[in-house]
Amino acid sequence: MGYDPENPMKDRITDIGPPHYEQFFPAVVKKNYGKWLYHEIIRPGVLMHVSETGDKMYTIRVASARLISVEHIREICDIADKHCDGIVRFTTRNNIEFMVDAESKVQPLLDDLASRGNKFPVGGTGASVSNLVHTQGWIHCHTPATDASGVVKAVMDDLFEYFTSMSLPAKVKIALACCLNMCGAVHCSDIAILGVHRKPPMVDHDTITGVCELPLAISACPLGAVKPTKATNSKGEEIKSVKVNAERCMFCGNCYTMCPSMPLADPDGDGIAILVGGKVSNSKSAPKFSKLVIPFLPNTPPRWPETVEAIRNILEVYAKDARKFERVGEWAERIGWEKFFEKTGIPFTVKSIDDYRLAYDTWRTTTQFKFTSHIK
Amino acid sequence: MAKHNTPMMDELEKGPWPSFVTDLKRQAEKSPQCWDILGQMELSFKDKITHWKHGGIVGVFGYGGGIVGRYSDVPAQFPGVAHFHTVRLNQPSSKFYNTTKLRQVCDLWEKYGSGMTNMHGSTGDLVLLGTRTEHLEPLFYDLTHDLNWDLGGSGSNLRTPSCCLGKARCEWACYDTQAACHGMTMHYQDEIHRPAFPYKFKFKFSGCPNDCVASIARSDLSVIGNWRDNIRIDQAAVKEYAAGNYVANGGAHGPKSTLDIQKDVIDLCPTGCMWLEGGELKIDNAECTRCMHCINMMPRALRPGVVQGATILCGAKAPILDGAQLATMIVPFIEMDPNNDFEQLVEFIESVWDWWMENGKNRERLGETMQRVGLPTFLKVINVDPIPQHVKEPRSNPYVFWAEEEVEGGFERDVKEFRARNAM
Repeated sequence: MGYDPENPMKDRITDIGPPHYEQFFPAVVKKNYGKWLYHEIIRPGVLMHVSETGDKMYTIRVASARLISVEHIREICDIADKHCDGIVRFTTRNNIEFMVDAESKVQPLLDDLASRGNKFPVGGTGASVSNLVHTQGWIHCHTPATDASGVVKAVMDDLFEYFTSMSLPAKVKIALACCLNMCGAVHCSDIAILGVHRKPPMVDHDTITGVCELPLAISACPLGAVKPTKATNSKGEEIKSVKVNAERCMFCGNCYTMCPSMPLADPDGDGIAILVGGKVSNSKSAPKFSKLVIPFLPNTPPRWPETVEAIRNILEVYAKDARKFERVGEWAERIGWEKFFEKTGIPFTVKSIDDYRLAYDTWRTTTQFKFTSHIK
Repeated sequence: MAKHNTPMMDELEKGPWPSFVTDLKRQAEKSPQCWDILGQMELSFKDKITHWKHGGIVGVFGYGGGIVGRYSDVPAQFPGVAHFHTVRLNQPSSKFYNTTKLRQVCDLWEKYGSGMTNMHGSTGDLVLLGTRTEHLEPLFYDLTHDLNWDLGGSGSNLRTPSCCLGKARCEWACYDTQAACHGMTMHYQDEIHRPAFPYKFKFKFSGCPNDCVASIARSDLSVIGNWRDNIRIDQAAVKEYAAGNYVANGGAHGPKSTLDIQKDVIDLCPTGCMWLEGGELKIDNAECTRCMHCINMMPRALRPGVVQGATILCGAKAPILDGAQLATMIVPFIEMDPNNDFEQLVEFIESVWDWWMENGKNRERLGETMQRVGLPTFLKVINVDPIPQHVKEPRSNPYVFWAEEEVEGGFERDVKEFRARNAM
């Protein structure tokens, strides 16, 4: 039995989908499905859900690095077997959730988690910095402009107190995407850490003939900066290739996605941009995009001190200045972006003024503004 | 595969946040290729650049998605990660697991891969990180035969759908998100596994307008729970909030925080449709836009109405290429009934796909196709009547594309006749 390489299609099973979710529900969830009445966060990282039936469920939310080993998952399983009848879940933001059906089971679980070093910090609820959503970076991706896991570790080591407490005006969601493809969809985060390139692609005339479809590479450029040309490869042969008009390049990397012979990653060119003020919830104000406030910070492994400091600064100025329940973007809009720059001390540069498509929507067309230090 | 000198990686073992480096070292005791992961990562930290090659098409027979090929560009130094392909397992809806199943995944991945995972990928899959080409078919065989589990999506196909935890634990879910997510996943297995679209297509299911899976920001087709009748009010509970006996905002600001109903709820209501009258909270529901703020603030007193369903929005995406788009509201309210297999939703999905598969250009997300043809055309081709809710405001330019049949007498005119009346 098992896979037979001589007969790969024998007994083949396809299109069976994922396991059905219902088999993984705790008993208290099965019984109270659709009957939940209200919830309360009884302490940071611990939620209580109360059902119409009077049943209660307690959830302990725990951080994870997202990049985790099967040994770590087995340890999670050990904890779930011991305290939670063998059931556990994961959240959209890479947290682990352990669920129990009685308050008396909460403290023993918390004690157990605390006894395991820094592996299972409890928090990420309410007006906290929850776990970071992030992408792969240098651990697995072929197009990153920065790392992911390393930056996240450095940022969250620094902001740890905000994960385990609920002292902010509102929830703050931070996300990291290691290039402009944004697998992590950071474009609607309170604070977004985004890997960016700053050097145009090189063209490898020795390989382009074999690996790229030139029309696709040319049409991949949204600004028409990639043009067909004739070039000479190392063997002295004249070949069809492309050239890049550097003045038009906006460093999006879409050409490299289509053509491996146009690499643009670079140790000095690549780094991090910071965007702030996005949200996805419809609560109070409509969902909004994050806005670019710091165009570039260098890649400085292993701890990215410039990025860590920039994020702490934004978070602390927000925490001090925003009104209760105000998300970062709601705060910035109320005080005005000129005040955002003044209060955070972030230098405003021309790079925060949009000059791409639909840019005009972001230009100020009113006499309503504030006299900040920017006006000399 | 030997241990490498990794001073920068080692630095990331310090600090209070869980360390992926410590975890990798632990796994390396069983899966020695993890030493090479650490070694190559250290090299990237030193060189400030990735050491993964571009692409590599690998997969299992008959599928065009679910596996992402990856090769090291320094394989001689790090043979353990020479091949480092990703396997995407379609996660169970809302990511509950029992430990029996999880341990089976662990054993499978220790047998065929690096032992490292992402719990979970951004789209929702359980991601197994790093295996060799020759292990893919045996892994897939064991996965389907022994674990009764299948791969998720990648490439220009329907990506693995995902959802919030809905009715399993949340009092605000206006429809059964898990049933919808699982139902659509099973209904569209072919579309998930065999790329036939112009580009990727994402479904995400959120149970209420808080949108915990960020569907409005990142799905081509976003299904967000909603209601169309009155917010349910428990006036006794309102009085408890007023008296400071119930914690504000479900305890999001600590167990001792209380609510000033006027300041924290009524004054922050975006439509100004609430007021207090003789100690009772009143809501003019016809003016309410169901933003969830008051419900979030007072979960013990307020609940969504009982006529529940979903709003469908289309066309969200990240910035590549023409800039980020949030999803546009297309269908204000549909029924979401698991008993008829979400018939209305399926009908809507297929009307969008039928048109997009014909008209979408290569590597064009639905939102970009919508921008290219315009919202009026999109509404027309999917047979949705235009309503004011489709726009934030009416257009401010007068450049309407009138169709010939809309204009009396049509477009054909005789210029000679015109000149006879109107000299040049």
